[in-house]
Amino acid sequence: MAAILARDTVGGRPVDPAAPLLVVEDLRVEFRIDAGTVRAVNGLSYALNRRETVAILGESGSGKSVGAQAVMGIIDSPPGFVTGGSVRFRGVELLGLPEAERRRVRGNRIAMIFQDALTALNPVFSVGWQIAEMFRIHRGLPRKEALEKAVELMERVKIPSARERAGSYPHEFSGGMRQRVMIAMALSLDPEILIADEPTTALDVTVQAQIMSLLAELQQQTGMGLILITHDLGVVAEVADQVVVMYAGREVEKGPSLPVYHRPAHPYTMGLMDSLPRRDVHTERLRPIKGSPPDLLAIPAGCPFRPRCPFAREACSREEPPLAAVSPDRVSACHFWEEVSRERAGA
Amino acid sequence: MGRYLTRRLLQFIPVFFGATLLIFVMVWAIPGDPIAALAGDRVLPDSVREQIRDRYNLDDPLLVQYGKYMGGVFQGDFGDDFRGRPVTDLLAQRLPITVRLALLAFGFEVVLGIIAGILAGVRKGGFIDNLVLVSTLVVIAIPIFVLGFMAQLLLGVRFGWFPVSGVQRGLHGYLLPAMVLGSVSLAYIARLTRTSLIENLRADYVRTATAKGLSRRRVVGIHTFRNSMIPVVTFLAIDLGSLMGGAIITETVFNIPGLGRAVFEGVQRQEGTVVVGIVTFLVVVYMVANLLVDVLYAVLDPRIRYE
Amino acid sequence: MSDRDRERLPTNLPAPVAIPPEPAGLEPAVGREGSLYADAWRQLRRRPMFIVSGILIVILALMAVWPGLFTRADPRLCDLADSLLRPSRLHWFGTDVQGCDYYARTIWGARVSITIGVLVTAASTLIALVLGSIAGYYGGIVDTVIARITDIWFAIPTILGGIVILRSIFSTRGLLQVSLVLIVLGWPTMLRLVRSSVMATKEMDYVDSARALGVRNFRIIRRHIMPNAVAPVIVYATITVGVIISAEAALSFLGVGLQLPAISWGLMISVAQNRILTAPHLLLFPGLFLSVTVFSFILMGDALRDALDPRLR
Repeated sequence: MAAILARDTVGGRPVDPAAPLLVVEDLRVEFRIDAGTVRAVNGLSYALNRRETVAILGESGSGKSVGAQAVMGIIDSPPGFVTGGSVRFRGVELLGLPEAERRRVRGNRIAMIFQDALTALNPVFSVGWQIAEMFRIHRGLPRKEALEKAVELMERVKIPSARERAGSYPHEFSGGMRQRVMIAMALSLDPEILIADEPTTALDVTVQAQIMSLLAELQQQTGMGLILITHDLGVVAEVADQVVVMYAGREVEKGPSLPVYHRPAHPYTMGLMDSLPRRDVHTERLRPIKGSPPDLLAIPAGCPFRPRCPFAREACSREEPPLAAVSPDRVSACHFWEEVSRERAGA
Repeated sequence: MGRYLTRRLLQFIPVFFGATLLIFVMVWAIPGDPIAALAGDRVLPDSVREQIRDRYNLDDPLLVQYGKYMGGVFQGDFGDDFRGRPVTDLLAQRLPITVRLALLAFGFEVVLGIIAGILAGVRKGGFIDNLVLVSTLVVIAIPIFVLGFMAQLLLGVRFGWFPVSGVQRGLHGYLLPAMVLGSVSLAYIARLTRTSLIENLRADYVRTATAKGLSRRRVVGIHTFRNSMIPVVTFLAIDLGSLMGGAIITETVFNIPGLGRAVFEGVQRQEGTVVVGIVTFLVVVYMVANLLVDVLYAVLDPRIRYE
Repeated sequence: MSDRDRERLPTNLPAPVAIPPEPAGLEPAVGREGSLYADAWRQLRRRPMFIVSGILIVILALMAVWPGLFTRADPRLCDLADSLLRPSRLHWFGTDVQGCDYYARTIWGARVSITIGVLVTAASTLIALVLGSIAGYYGGIVDTVIARITDIWFAIPTILGGIVILRSIFSTRGLLQVSLVLIVLGWPTMLRLVRSSVMATKEMDYVDSARALGVRNFRIIRRHIMPNAVAPVIVYATITVGVIISAEAALSFLGVGLQLPAISWGLMISVAQNRILTAPHLLLFPGLFLSVTVFSFILMGDALRDALDPRLR
């Protein structure tokens, strides 16, 4: 097998040096099941640059995981189908590439880690074996060398006694350590993009912090782009440069994270911020967003958030709001975003 | 791993003695005259009766009887028939034949069963899947002796592909009975493999493996395979027991002079002690085999080793 | 061996039915369980597997209970002069060695098979439900003892055990004796299933909430655990009927089951084996009926499993 693949081509095509690392444009993903067609992703767009962290924020069912899986090309098809849009990695269109080419990108140049490391790792193979597999398969290294590299990686993600523990099995590690193993595995081939799908949701708060700082450190070292999928607002505030708030399969607000936090321009984002318990503001009751997420089998006409929106007007049931420019680097999918952002003017 | 093994061994011992005691009790400790029951319709001369009483220590208290019997078993003494010939001779003569038959059947069912299960599982709902599901159901439903006779009639007599009885013509004679013997287990193995594979294909680690950029062939063939095999291996342990029972029937149908047929003949000729001796032997073999499979299971699934 | 219980069982058995947590332990679980079983019934009604096997079972049951409905001939009225006749318009299935009408004998054979199948399964299930729930729910020493005892039983393969017991203990072997032996040999498997099902259900959150509300153990078992744990048992019991029918036939075939003059398909086949070439109909008809009977029960079990296991939907 060839040595380290040249990084100026993707799928045989030359990269565009001026292009952002990843551009997702109007991505659409459907799931065709007996009960109907579930529109899981409905026109998602965002961009990721080097060294940047984009957080994708949303509830369960918002399409955030499916969107990421579409970028990776790992959606089970059937019943899932990518029905539209484009995913450009360094300027090269990924959708439509032959599967063999996509496989060369997967794990190698765009890597992904998942939420529950206990089920995400194979229980019958040692962690060393699973990490080393990346080197054996993608780089053709012989077994011993690959294992050496695996141990190096385990040390890099700060797993103590890495060499001895390489022969251990996933269930023998604690949650935080397991997640480090997954990170080691994902980073093994120096990917340009790392997609982290709820990496800390299953972990304790203190361990969460450790994992997030590890990711930040590794990002600094490698310059990779990080897509962080989460529903944890606190984590987003800490690490994200950009935030993409998703609802019913598309982004409803997108922009640099701190301005979005301080002055949300969409009722959903505002509802999310308000629902956070805060130490500095004295409240009697928590304020959840009323209602529940829409049934993706039958998304209502107009704005999908309308049933739960305190700002809803007639226009909202007629027309789906386009992405309006709130500022040069922010958009919001709300007809009345000005009103919404004025609510927070004082905060 | 050592702790797991010790525990299994400790569990094995009471079961071993419990099962052998159970068989012993069922034969020798029932109300009425055990000798008469064993002899069936035969009328035994008193001298023979005396010999039997002596041989099996029937005048001793039950547990002593059992103790002496087990002592004998550990030395390879499984009793005699009514003419005084040791069962061990019979075992030595017939066992190799049955072992050959069983091994062939086992190989047949494992290889074909697993392959069929994998083919069915990877394309769930496809043609092969439905074919496997229906055919296995049919095979499971038809009792093994009916299957045996049908096979004899069709493949042996009508088409003449296989000899219908006996094993004089060497390996060829074993093939058809081995296939019949293994058929029901093959059906179970195929179904179990299929279900296990389907479940594993839905597992999270498959998504991770795919995200690592591994080919589908590797994901299925290496990652899911090992996990899927775990319940199948466990099944193979129980299967050995049914293989033994099935061997009795198959050897009877195909007239193969193995251990199973010896049991049948013992029943027919009302040689009760022979029947008991062989059954005890088979049960011991079954228990040991189960123990070995437990060990194999720990090798396959590292999570078990720490229980 | 305790933890691998479910994997040890050969057929694909469903996980215990998972019903979402019930807020109050005081109301009976009837509302929820009603919806599961009602749901299952609706699903079942539409499936061809269920309909086909259902029809077959009803026919066989009729045959067992009311053979006169299918044949007016007397299976024991035999004329030696008519020995070994081929199937004809007079004797649809021909005659056997003694000149008895084979069709009548085959029909009457259903009675024995179905009776033993149902009787043995019902008894084993009952024993298994009682012992298994106790073992599964209370755990501890009780469980260990019961588990060891079933291990001993498991160490003896069914046919071998059947041969030994039937040969040694019984000089006359009628329906009752054979049934008894099959029950004795069969309950451990059912018990294992019940036990693991109960153990899994016990872990569910709604049991904890019932306990926290102070509901007594017995009531918890009866109202909350049983309805859910019972679903896989229903599936397995149905399949077991088929397995028992097959086992009885096998034992009778080997000469350790029912004895003449009982009419059993297994016995008929055992008599037929020396004449396969000359009179294949002797083998064919009981063989066919036996296979179809076992098949319908197993098919029904499969259909029930698909309907009752929410994971497979």
